[in-house]
Amino acid sequence: MSLGKLLERIIQLIPVLLGVSLIVFVMMALTPGDPVQIMVGEQSITPEQEAELRRNLGLDRPMVERFFIFLAHAVQFDFGNSFYHGRPVADVIAERLPATIELSLVALIVALATAIPLGVVAAIRKNSVLDRMATVGSLLGVSLPGFWFGILLIMLFAVHMQVLPVSGRIGYDNEVAAVTGFLLIDTLLAGDIGAFGDALRHLLLPAITLGLPMTAILMRVTRSSMLEVMRQDYVTFAEAKGLPRRRVLYRHALKNALIPTVSVAAIETGSLLGGNMIVETVFGWPGLGRLVVESIFLRNYPLIQAAVLLYAVTYVLLNFLADILYTVLNPRVKL
Amino acid sequence: MTVLLEVTSLRTEFATRAGLVRAVDGVSLQVRRGECLGVVGESGSGKSVTFASVMGLVRSPGKVVAGTIFFDGRDLRQLSPEEMRAIRGRDIAMTMQDALTALNPALSVGEQMAEVMVAHDETLPAGRAARRAAIRERSVEMLGLVGIPSPDTRLRQYPHEFSGGMRQRIMIAIALTCRPKLLITDEPTTALDVTIQAQVLELISDIRARLGMAVVLITHDLGVVAEHCDRVMVMYAGQVVEEGPTSAVIGQPRHPYTRGLLASIPRPALRGHRIEPIMGQVPDLVGLPPQCRFHSRCPLARPECLVEVPMLPAGPGRQARCLRLEEPA
Repeated sequence: MSLGKLLERIIQLIPVLLGVSLIVFVMMALTPGDPVQIMVGEQSITPEQEAELRRNLGLDRPMVERFFIFLAHAVQFDFGNSFYHGRPVADVIAERLPATIELSLVALIVALATAIPLGVVAAIRKNSVLDRMATVGSLLGVSLPGFWFGILLIMLFAVHMQVLPVSGRIGYDNEVAAVTGFLLIDTLLAGDIGAFGDALRHLLLPAITLGLPMTAILMRVTRSSMLEVMRQDYVTFAEAKGLPRRRVLYRHALKNALIPTVSVAAIETGSLLGGNMIVETVFGWPGLGRLVVESIFLRNYPLIQAAVLLYAVTYVLLNFLADILYTVLNPRVKL
Repeated sequence: MTVLLEVTSLRTEFATRAGLVRAVDGVSLQVRRGECLGVVGESGSGKSVTFASVMGLVRSPGKVVAGTIFFDGRDLRQLSPEEMRAIRGRDIAMTMQDALTALNPALSVGEQMAEVMVAHDETLPAGRAARRAAIRERSVEMLGLVGIPSPDTRLRQYPHEFSGGMRQRIMIAIALTCRPKLLITDEPTTALDVTIQAQVLELISDIRARLGMAVVLITHDLGVVAEHCDRVMVMYAGQVVEEGPTSAVIGQPRHPYTRGLLASIPRPALRGHRIEPIMGQVPDLVGLPPQCRFHSRCPLARPECLVEVPMLPAGPGRQARCLRLEEPA
């Protein structure tokens, strides 16, 4: 892992971010709807007041000029004020980010914790009932739309069985002081086990919904790479050495089989970002995804721009992380 | 010399889409303590599957369906998977053709050596540190034995950091860690270049003499057999066709197939002499009739040969599966 390689990645990031900014900018300009009209709503204001508002928001200038103003500020990490909140976009995003990161991480853990064991068992018992069920299940997992699956889960566990909450991050009576913004950590810091359990119960359904497509993909990757690895000579040789079956499977086969799984997981984590918008909306999750959806409805241009750039950076960094993990797991490859 | 391994009427079949393939069909053989048995035959003759059957390592859809495999007085086919596992790597060890693919790329050489001792060696000390030190000492000793320079620093390295010849030596060192009574070595030199081939074979012979273990050398190279083996067994299409002391079999082959094999070896001493390939192909092993399998390629074939041919005595300590042994080639 060299410094030059890191620098190369950062330089690669520049055209990506420029392109993403331009595309988002053009798309917002092409989308019908006027932020000023939406802000004003039913209130009656004079044309002078409207022009003033428009000037304050910087919307009185031509498209091209606005784009370059945005770029000039963005390189200084200034993304302007949110039209709706009247506060810096960066602050608004920073408030919502922990909820999204917490949800994504739990979704990732749920996905890894189910996909890897299922994939391994499906490979070891190839063509068994369990293998077939896992294969059908993974097909469903990739194909089911997240909003529909989420609603089904809500209907079953929250409405019908009433064992899990419908929406939100935590019950009103369990709120704790925000330290890190991650409720699972904050509740523990407050020493409130009841609140921790409540936060966990709120996380469960959205995390499962968000992690489902990823679970399905990772299970299939693990199964097929495990099958591939078990045909290798080194597995036969490990058996010929008289090693216990557990060691042959987990130390010799799985260690190699996980190389593609981990790479795909890192890349797929980027796709959780898109899923977040849907899942957060369905589960009333106060995270970045829902904020972006709301901002699109409000034509809150500065916030959309900044959030999309954040997504792009995250995606590129996750890909980079995938490369690093690949070399860590695979001693033959030097980055 | 007493018998260490005695296989009788072994049959291993593979259920394939095309039908039942009898990869090993009624193979009987003996390996005596400390001797070196060469097993020769073309690809697909069943030589590797025979010894995978002995080790209990036949992969699905393959299955050992008949026969007995007595090793050191026990029938390996009657053992539980756990009992068989205890024998593998400790009493019977195996090396594979290509060490590059046989060594795990993701584990260090040291770990791949240590795990054999952990699996089999009950004499290791109990304490964690003492255990680790003992394993390390033994690993260094084994790598030294097979001629790896500065073994103590190389234990931490991964297989890809070694040359092809070195990897082969490491694989041999791993196989020999528990001082097995029998080493099955499958094409130990095929993946190596010629100069290294000789070194590796010398190494195996040398260690065999020192440890007094028996060696089964699976190869398609009769030259290697002539140099290193006490006895040789020739296989064709899943059956043993000729068997006996190496010098006798190579000096005076009785089975037409063995003769064909010898005639198809290029010999620098006989420059200008044409190599004579064996005409035709190995028969398809699906649904073979119980007749002489070499019949379709045999220069001596007669209509009478279309019967099931048993192994017949062919001289002192020798047998061959041919009805026309009496006639000269």
